[in-house]
Amino acid sequence: MTKSRIFWGTLAPVAAILSSLIFVYIILTIRGVNPIDIFAEMVSYGFQPRNLVSELNQTIAYYMAGVAAAIGFKMLLFNIGIDGQYRMGAFFGAVVGAAVNLPPILHVTLIIITAMLAGGLWAAIAGYLKVRRGISEVISNIMLNFIAAAIIAFLLSEDLLGTLPEGSQNLQTRKIPLSGQMPTIKAFNGEIYSFLFVAIAVGIAYWVMLNKTVFGFNLRATGLSFRAARSSGVNAPGMIFITTILSGAIAGLVGIGTLLSDTHSYSMAFPAGYAFTGLALALLGRNHPVGIFFAAFLWSFLERTAPVLEFEGVPPEITIVMQGTIVLSIVVAYELVARVNLRQQQRAVGKVNAEASSLKESQ
Amino acid sequence: MQKKLLGRWGVIALAATLTATVVTGCGSDSEDAAENLSGTIGIAYSLGGRDVPGFNQLAYIGVEPLLAANDSLELIESQDNPTATDDQRAERLRLMAQKGANPIVVVGFTYAAALAKVAPEFPDTTWGIVDDSSVTAPNVHSIVFKEEEGSYLVGVAAALKSKSNNVGFIGGVNTPLIAKFEAGFIAGAKAVNAGIKVQSTYISNFPDFSGFNDPAKGYEAAKGMYENGADVVYAAAGGTGTGLHKAASELGKWSVGVDADEATYPAHADYVTTILTSMLKRVDVGVAAFVADALAGVDTAGVKTWGFAEGGVGYTTTGGYIDDLTSQIEEYAAKIASGDVVVPTDPKA
Repeated sequence: MTKSRIFWGTLAPVAAILSSLIFVYIILTIRGVNPIDIFAEMVSYGFQPRNLVSELNQTIAYYMAGVAAAIGFKMLLFNIGIDGQYRMGAFFGAVVGAAVNLPPILHVTLIIITAMLAGGLWAAIAGYLKVRRGISEVISNIMLNFIAAAIIAFLLSEDLLGTLPEGSQNLQTRKIPLSGQMPTIKAFNGEIYSFLFVAIAVGIAYWVMLNKTVFGFNLRATGLSFRAARSSGVNAPGMIFITTILSGAIAGLVGIGTLLSDTHSYSMAFPAGYAFTGLALALLGRNHPVGIFFAAFLWSFLERTAPVLEFEGVPPEITIVMQGTIVLSIVVAYELVARVNLRQQQRAVGKVNAEASSLKESQ
Repeated sequence: MQKKLLGRWGVIALAATLTATVVTGCGSDSEDAAENLSGTIGIAYSLGGRDVPGFNQLAYIGVEPLLAANDSLELIESQDNPTATDDQRAERLRLMAQKGANPIVVVGFTYAAALAKVAPEFPDTTWGIVDDSSVTAPNVHSIVFKEEEGSYLVGVAAALKSKSNNVGFIGGVNTPLIAKFEAGFIAGAKAVNAGIKVQSTYISNFPDFSGFNDPAKGYEAAKGMYENGADVVYAAAGGTGTGLHKAASELGKWSVGVDADEATYPAHADYVTTILTSMLKRVDVGVAAFVADALAGVDTAGVKTWGFAEGGVGYTTTGGYIDDLTSQIEEYAAKIASGDVVVPTDPKA
C-alpha cells in the first residue's frame, strides 16, 4: 500500500520535470544551441561539491518558505504573505540580535524566537481579518507584503535602526555580535549553514504535528471541510487563526540561515519574492516535508546553474521558464495521476464486487 | 564560446548615445579604443541585465568600443535575479573569475558584500564595482559618481524653465543612492528660485526593486505631479521614466530623463518634443576607463569618483529646448567645477 503511494506520489513530479525538460529542450533547439551540452554543463557545474554546499544553503531558505506555504495549504489557506512575514522575521531578528549581548546559545535562540514571533504576528493580522471579518487572506496578505516593505524601509534609515558603512550605498542593520552568530560546517571548500538542523527539525515537527497530534487532525479536518469539522466540535475559526500564525512563524525563519551564518545583518541586498517560490514548492512537494525538500533543492539547483546558461549566450530567463513549466505541468500531472489512481481503485472495487456477486450467485 | 550579439535596443541606444549632444565637464568623450588586446571581460549586471536602458546598458556601452576593436577580446555576462542572496551573487562572481574573465565589472551596490568575499579569493583578477566604495581589497576599483551634481544642474534647468514655480522629482526605489539624485535636484531648483515648490515621491521600497522598471506607476506618479501644478518633472527611476515622458507628452509639460540621453531612446520617439534634458551619469565612461586601465596593466586599486569636473555627470541639450538657458546653467556648473558650490547628498539636509 505505502509502496504504491510512494510510486504515485513521485510519478507526477518526475513527469512534470520531464515535460519541462522537453519544453526547454525545444526552446534551446530553436535558439540554435545544443540542449544536451547545456544540460550537461548545468549538471556538471551544479554537482561540483562546492556548489552543492551553496545550493544546500539556498535550499534551507526555500525549504522554510515551502513548509510555511504547505501548512497554509493543509488548511486551504493561500499564504501569499510569506514575503512580508519573512522580511519582518529577518529584520526584527537582526535588530534584536544586534541590540543584546547574551551567552551564545541563548542569543541565537532569542533571535530565532524573535523572527518566529515577528513573522507569526504579522501573519496574525491576515488571520484575524479572515476569521473575524471574512476578508480573503490573499488580498490582505498582498497588501501586508507592501506594508511590511514600507515599515522596514522606514525603520532601516540612518536616523533609526540602519547604518550605512563608509562608501556603501547598502543600508543595513548593525552587525549581530559573535555570540548571536551560528557557526558553519566547513565541507567541500564551502560552508554549510548550521541552521540546516533547525530546518530539519521544523520539517520533522511539521510532519509529527500534522499526522500524530489531535491538533494536526483538527487542522486537516478543518482544511477538508470547515462545516464538518465545526459540527464535530472543532473550533474551526480558531484553527484557521492558529494555522495562519504557524505558517507566518515558519515564514519568519526563511532568511534566518543567511542572517545568522552569512551576512549577520539585514540589508537592502536581502532577496524578495519568496511567496511565490514557497507556494510553488509546497505544490511540487505535495505538502510533504521530504517532497518539499527535494523541490527546494531543485529550485536552488536551477537558480545556481543559471549563470552557466548566460555564458553560453542563453538568456537566464530560461531558468524561470523551466520553473514555470514545472509548476504548470505538476498541476496537470497530479490531476492525471489522480484520475488514473481513481480508475484503478474503481476497477479494484468493481472486481471485488463482481467476485462477491458471483460468489452469491454460485451459492 | 558564443559571443552575444548586441540586441536591437542596444545598437540603437549605442548609436544614439555616441551621436547625442552631450555636455559634461571636461568632455572626456570616447578616446580611440586600444587595439591588439585579448582576453575575457566579465560584466555582472544588476537586476534586468544589459537590455535595461540606462544604468546596466551603459556598463556594456563602456566596453563595446574595445570589443569592436579587438576580435580576440571576449565578453561574458551575467545578471542578478530578485531572489538572489549575497551568497548566490558571490557564486556568480566566482564562476566568472573561474571562467577566466579579467577584468570583471560588477554593476550595482548590491554586489558589495559578495565582492568583498570573492575578491580576495582571486587576487590576480581585477574587479571594478559601480556605485560602491566600501570594498577595499587591493584588486578592487570603485567607480562612484556625484549624482547630486548632475541632478543639481537639471534642477537648475527645471527651475529656470518652470513657469508655475512648481517642479517634481520621481525616485525609482527609496535608497540612499537615489536620495542623492533627489537632494541635488532640490538644491539646484532652490538655487535658482528659493521659493520654488518641489514635489517628491518614490515608486517602491526595497527589497522591491520594481520601481526601476515600472512605466505604468511612473505615468501615474507624473500625472499626479503635473495635475498638482508641476510643469517640469525629473525621474531618477530607470525604465519607469518612460511613463513620465508619456505623461509629459500627453499633458504638454516638460520631463527630465536620467543616466543616458533619454530623448534618443527608440521607445521615447513619440515623446521627444517634451523631454527638456537628461541628467547624465556616465557609467560608460567610468567603466571604459577602468577596463582600459586594467587591460593595460595599470594598477587600478582604489576609488575613482566621477563628478562634473571629471566628466562623469552632466546634462544633455538634445532638442534645443534649453539652448536659451545654457549660459545660465553653465554659470552654476562652473561653480560646482571650481568647488564654490558643494551640492548636498541628503534631501533632508
